[in-house]
Amino acid sequence: MRTLSPKYATLIALIALIALAPLFFPSTFYYRIGALIFINGLAVIGLVVLIGYAGQISLGHAGFAGIGAYACALGPIHLGLAPVLSLVLGAVLSGAIAWLVGRPILRLRGHYLAVATLGFGILIYIVLNNEAQLTGGPDGMPVEGLGLRGLLESAGFAVKASKLWYWLAALVMLAGALLALNLHDSPTGRALRSLHDSEVAAHTVGIDVARYKLTAFVISAVYASVAGSQIALMNEFVSPDIAGFLHSIELLTMTVLGGAAMVFGAVIGATILTALPQVLTALQDFEHIVLGLIMMLVMIFMPEGLVPSLARLVRRRPR
Amino acid sequence: MSLLSVTGLGIGFGGLTAVGKVDFSVEPGEIVSLIGPNGAGKTTLFNMISGLYLPDRGRVTLDGEDVTAMAPHRLAARGLSRTFQNLQVFLRMTVLENVMAGRHLAERGPILADLLALPGSRRRSRATEAAARKLLARVGLERGAERDASELPYGALKRLEIARALASGPRLLLLDEPAAGCNAVETGEVDQLIARIAGEGIAILLVEHDMKLVMKISNHIIVLDHGEKIAEGAPGEVARNPKVIEAYLGSQGGKEAAGALD
Repeated sequence: MRTLSPKYATLIALIALIALAPLFFPSTFYYRIGALIFINGLAVIGLVVLIGYAGQISLGHAGFAGIGAYACALGPIHLGLAPVLSLVLGAVLSGAIAWLVGRPILRLRGHYLAVATLGFGILIYIVLNNEAQLTGGPDGMPVEGLGLRGLLESAGFAVKASKLWYWLAALVMLAGALLALNLHDSPTGRALRSLHDSEVAAHTVGIDVARYKLTAFVISAVYASVAGSQIALMNEFVSPDIAGFLHSIELLTMTVLGGAAMVFGAVIGATILTALPQVLTALQDFEHIVLGLIMMLVMIFMPEGLVPSLARLVRRRPR
Repeated sequence: MSLLSVTGLGIGFGGLTAVGKVDFSVEPGEIVSLIGPNGAGKTTLFNMISGLYLPDRGRVTLDGEDVTAMAPHRLAARGLSRTFQNLQVFLRMTVLENVMAGRHLAERGPILADLLALPGSRRRSRATEAAARKLLARVGLERGAERDASELPYGALKRLEIARALASGPRLLLLDEPAAGCNAVETGEVDQLIARIAGEGIAILLVEHDMKLVMKISNHIIVLDHGEKIAEGAPGEVARNPKVIEAYLGSQGGKEAAGALD
């Protein structure tokens, strides 16, 4: 039997997940959690390109989510842009900033790169907090909605906002997954994965290591930015917390927990860490303890992340 | 004009001279071996030529062009490729992908095309895969090309590195101890492989401790000791050079080398 290529297997699994999950939703509230999962999933797929493919780290990617979110908040007010165009503007801006910031800091490796990206994220957070006359400061500011619901209503389709966002975020995440999967087995993807394994060897076969690191950084920044824009548009509100350190750590944890090397792993990581806190609220005071414990246990027993470790286990079974 | 020409090349680390002032050259299609005791500066010399170390003094030219301290990826574009003494295989990639990555210069293209899997991108990948499979067949690794590289035994990884280096289409190939850690059969295979590569017109600069191998396949040998060139010449001349015997071969090694020539 010919096995399905990882690309199509991942896409089919994701589509199945998206299509079947609503069958188990007891109320429309769950559509909102679903939408959040897919939005986080998109940002985490971007980090798979950076961390899983290219082997670089970022502790500041929420900064790009912040840029995307505030582009959607400010674009319609100050530039008169439609919300969708504001999202595109945010993505372009994030990509450009990632390129400028990435050039000097991607020379650093390991812990040093982690600290430099951490600094970048904090910088964005502080700017958003302090420029109160523009951003509303720590209180945040309202965001003009996408307007898609009104459009559908006038066409005779009344749909709840949470449901609309569920399908919209799913579609955007699927597109993001497709691009990342395309990249994996392309010349660029091979260059990224080789510099992950040996920068020296990648260099000697002609791979411009600095340029490809920057490429991965810019791609992942655009993913984070689009995710940030979606959160702002869905909530119709934004506050600087979206660019905060905790959000960066959350995204990183989702990536590593699910398995940084695989797109599907990243989505599972996003699912678990978005849904689990909702489930664990039943435990009240113990919520964070249990969450922390689960994360520690996964990392101790499955250092590659949930999905790659489980996949290996299945493959090792006698056929 | 020589393909590779090294003049007065030297480097020190923290006041300690690793390589003094070394001169030599490699002609197209030639097999030149660098030999010398451990710590003589052979790998350091390799690292300077391939752009990994910045030399303190001297010049490296490739086809007459000054390439001293040029970044390795730009050297690769000019036809210089290498393997490593302590393997540098892409262990998280498959055997096939390792060689495909080696063909980066020929297969790279616009990133947008790769993200969208446009026909051009897929065509480049297919051409690379076909070329990589041919190279794998050439080094005898065509079976199990889809396995992870980390599953291969040591000797096979050495050959995989050679295939990857060949994939970049070099005119000059630097091989750092390709037979180290290989058993007699594997050494024989490496020996034949190097001869075949040279037969196709690719010049080879070789660092190797296996004297039988060196004496058998080299056109020219350069002997280093304490970072200086102490002798050079055809295998026969070098093996009988008293300075070389004293510094490196010892009386036993000298006999072995002489024996290999007969």
